[in-house]
Amino acid sequence: MSQAPLLRAEGLTKRYGARLACDGVGFDLHPGEVLAVVGESGSGKSTLLGLIAGETAADGGSVSYRMRDGTVRDLAELGAAERRALMRTDWGFVRQDAAQGLRMSVSAGGNVGERLMGVGARHYAEIRAAALDWLARVEIAADRIDDPPTRFSGGMRQRLQIARNLVTAPRLVLMDEPTSGLDVSVQARLLDTIRGLVAELGLAVLIVTHDLAVARLLSHRILVMRGGRVIETGLTDQVLDDPQAAYTQLLVSSVLAA
Amino acid sequence: MTQPMIVFEDVGKSFILHLREGITLPVIAHASLSVGAGECVVLGGASGSGKSSLLKMAYGNYRCAQGAIRVRDGERVVDVARAEPREILDLRRRVVSYVSQFLRVIPRVGTRAVVEAAGIEGGLATEAARTRAADLLARLGLPERLWDLPPATFSGGEQQRVNIARGLIAERPLLLLDEPTASLDAQNRAVVVELINERRKAGAAILGIFHDADVRDAVATHVVDVAGFRAKFAAGHGAAGEAAA
Repeated sequence: MSQAPLLRAEGLTKRYGARLACDGVGFDLHPGEVLAVVGESGSGKSTLLGLIAGETAADGGSVSYRMRDGTVRDLAELGAAERRALMRTDWGFVRQDAAQGLRMSVSAGGNVGERLMGVGARHYAEIRAAALDWLARVEIAADRIDDPPTRFSGGMRQRLQIARNLVTAPRLVLMDEPTSGLDVSVQARLLDTIRGLVAELGLAVLIVTHDLAVARLLSHRILVMRGGRVIETGLTDQVLDDPQAAYTQLLVSSVLAA
Repeated sequence: MTQPMIVFEDVGKSFILHLREGITLPVIAHASLSVGAGECVVLGGASGSGKSSLLKMAYGNYRCAQGAIRVRDGERVVDVARAEPREILDLRRRVVSYVSQFLRVIPRVGTRAVVEAAGIEGGLATEAARTRAADLLARLGLPERLWDLPPATFSGGEQQRVNIARGLIAERPLLLLDEPTASLDAQNRAVVVELINERRKAGAAILGIFHDADVRDAVATHVVDVAGFRAKFAAGHGAAGEAAA
């Protein structure tokens, strides 16, 4: 229980002009843990993800990560090459818009294989076999391996993104609204795939979602954000079933029950 | 006597409703009780007296504002009221099972897979989880033709049996049961009573709420009336308190 966290964010702050998009946000993420960041549009949850991923420069605070060799590194102090290597191997990023997470003109197999080649795989037959294996694990039929994602449905594109990200066996996966924009019938299956893979592989996941039901089904812990601040945090079911903060009570009580 | 599996020490809970001018609904106060290995303590008391809230606090589903809830984990004791989320999740994986009346699962996943997944989460190997899921579903009288179907379309009683299978598949030493037999017929209730008694005789500590007197009599080693713990409601808050509890 006393093991060091995989990722630690401390005091993360980001200003856009006078507006604080992220105001001193911190959390720990341990191996195998799924942390959901929930909030409405403008709450700062996507900014937070950008800060963690290093795609947005922070005005304050730090992110440290326990590397595969056990050393804890401040991500701001990694060189550009080291940082790219980390992103390509030990981290995944599943984006809301598949077009940002995939190469749309490259075949499905190529999308998966590219990540493997990024970590040094060169043997064509092995790369193709690994791609086929991963397509199967995310339930994409083998005969679609040569099709580009432009010919895939929204749900299949998200599945392909997941395969592309997981093929290098990352320990941490960031997810930005991975199921929104999909038909609900597709959402459920994708959620099931994500949940199964996360449990099987023991992944640590930071997932941003506005959907409390998605947070409930996927996450262990939850961080409720509003106006760039963390309003409440704790066990997912505890925060959703016994919310303490006025804002969380409002969020939870505003969900429509089908 | 060995140390109990779970001890409630002077536990109190109220809800503050910020959207209702911040009124406070006291649910329970000064609750103290314990359950040892091989015991089945049944909580008695009227609907709305805070029985479910006690179970939810023990599972970490509700926050426990006052007092301590000490759960034994091997040589260690964890106070659920103060534990970190990670510690509570760890207890849920290995030590404590909770079965509610309601089934909450990812839609469109088959019944057997739902039960199996709960077994794997509880530390069973895939093959063992598969076998035990089938055994439990069969014992609970769920026809095999339903096993591949998602439980969403099942009747209340069928869903409840899936829920019981899910809650019992991993053999944890502490079981919290919140009316697991509420919508079952007599025959299925009898199966559940059997399962509960088997677990108890195997050494599990069980804390439960059972509406049916026949079930209660068949499983309880002790009955604790929570009315004695109940906070005094301010006049006029009784009905709302019932809904919240």
